[in-house]
Amino acid sequence: MTRYITVRLFHGLLVILLISVITFVIMRLLPGDPVYLLLGEGEIRISQEQIDAIRHKWGLDRPWHEQYFIWLGNMVTGDFGDSLIRTGMPVRDMIFEAMPVTFRLNLYALFISLAVAIPAGIIAAVKRNSVFDYAATVVSTFGVAMPNFWIGLMAIVIFALLLGWLPPFGLRSTKGYILPVFVLATEQTAVIARVMRSGTIEVLEEDYVRTARAKGLAERVVILNHAVRNALLPVVTVIGVRIAFILSGTIVVETVFALPGIGRLFTDSVFRLDYQVVQSIVFLLSVLVVVINLLTDLVYAFVDPRIRIE
Amino acid sequence: MSEKEESMASEQKALNAVAQEIEYQYRSELLRGWRRFRANRAALAGVVLVILVVLMAVFAEQISPYDPIQIVSGKRGVAPSRDHPLGWDHVGRDLLARVIFGSRVALIVGLVASAVAVTIGVAVGAAAGYFGGWVDAALSRLTDTLMAFPLIALLIVLAAVLGPSLTTTLIVIGITTWARYARVVRADVMSLKAQDFITAARAAGVKDYRIIWRHILPNVLAPVIVLATLGVGSIIILESALSFLGLGIQPPNPSWGGTLADGRAFITLYPHISIAPGVMIFLTVLAFNLFGDGLRDALDPRQMD
Repeated sequence: MTRYITVRLFHGLLVILLISVITFVIMRLLPGDPVYLLLGEGEIRISQEQIDAIRHKWGLDRPWHEQYFIWLGNMVTGDFGDSLIRTGMPVRDMIFEAMPVTFRLNLYALFISLAVAIPAGIIAAVKRNSVFDYAATVVSTFGVAMPNFWIGLMAIVIFALLLGWLPPFGLRSTKGYILPVFVLATEQTAVIARVMRSGTIEVLEEDYVRTARAKGLAERVVILNHAVRNALLPVVTVIGVRIAFILSGTIVVETVFALPGIGRLFTDSVFRLDYQVVQSIVFLLSVLVVVINLLTDLVYAFVDPRIRIE
Repeated sequence: MSEKEESMASEQKALNAVAQEIEYQYRSELLRGWRRFRANRAALAGVVLVILVVLMAVFAEQISPYDPIQIVSGKRGVAPSRDHPLGWDHVGRDLLARVIFGSRVALIVGLVASAVAVTIGVAVGAAAGYFGGWVDAALSRLTDTLMAFPLIALLIVLAAVLGPSLTTTLIVIGITTWARYARVVRADVMSLKAQDFITAARAAGVKDYRIIWRHILPNVLAPVIVLATLGVGSIIILESALSFLGLGIQPPNPSWGGTLADGRAFITLYPHISIAPGVMIFLTVLAFNLFGDGLRDALDPRQMD
């Protein structure tokens, strides 16, 4: 077990390192010079000395590999540097300011999804081929095929413009969370319900479930205590993937609803060539992915002894 | 020919025959799969929808009543009418025409980017699974890295680096989505390698690349086809997200994601713009998903309920 964890940790670190190198190189390939973006191209006449001074101050005059190691060293010690474009604002502050919005959105959405999807998946599996099962299958098949941002736009049209119940954009009141959370939850619910259904069906055919039934346990006990517990495992993976790829879901949703979260910060920073911010976000997210993957594997090993022995 | 050579040749022939026989048994699964697929109504509906969208894309010029790029002055944001059933966009272009032509982008990206991803993924997975050792270690770490990369972040940054266009979208999506194919193919190749017909082929002295090409790849095709069909849908969503964020297909060229971006910008003034392109994305993705689900149920009997 210790060896297993050590190997996984080592692979994880390797992946994080590779990602940081790739991001660093790609960011340097972006067209446009951040110094000009910073000063406003063509508007202000500045001397070459001034440009050089700015480059020097930000370390842009050093060779790439030096810039990379300086940046990596700073990241490891928790110093994300200052934003190049937004006049020296610390990147850490920008990220910490945006994080709660994204975090809340996804947390609420995840709770709602789990609360709806797990019972729906179980019922669909237990009452297989019933009307409920068909309805759940149809709804989840449709839910997976709809792009998040389109659901968002339709939600704005219906609930904000036609009915006038909720604000279309922004977070001026807590009501602003309702539509984006609903949108984020939709696709997620569809995915989790599907996984839960097929997981439960599979487990219900296992020998130990038959044994539990044979020894006369009530069907409710068999399902809730014996079957569901094991059927939840694949759901753990899905949740892990969801948390790890938090940005993928929120980026478009934050754009649709104009929310000041990590997704918006990220796209804005790419458009503005704000190296520090983009690198930092990608770096933090890759750490998150690796950690979550590791945790998911550990949960598996913990819950299912068969994996531990391997 | 000496006696020894003769006996070796006949031995080789026998081994080849054994390899063929085992492989035929393996492939007759495909025939049974087709029967299962034909009985699946949802999957057939998916196929019909896919064919309809393809026809729409191929014959866009003939079907579309108007020019998708032409701007008609005074028609900015005008709501649907009988002659223009989807109305006009925010600068005065016919939305029906834009939605019809938008299917081209969706299908080209969905199919070509998938093909790029499948090619890279199968090559990487086959090499990793077949050769093992350090080749496997290096390629697997590469695959892990790609899997751990926040995909949409990578897409956005790459699209910004290369400059947004159709070609960029194809390349960028292709080179970022191959990891899952590599994983599946690697695992399948590893288990195939232990099968008798591969051992037979090896014993007969067949070269590595020929074994991979002739004996291994045909047998990993089924799961790859299933994954690829399901992948087309998610790639179409990725493309529309990229265009929606302004990093995919650039205006005035029509794309569903791009039209949704216009719809978002003018949602309070002209809410009708964002309806149709979303419906089209939904139907197309649904079609490929149903098709893919049907293929999976048909080709992989273990998955049958």
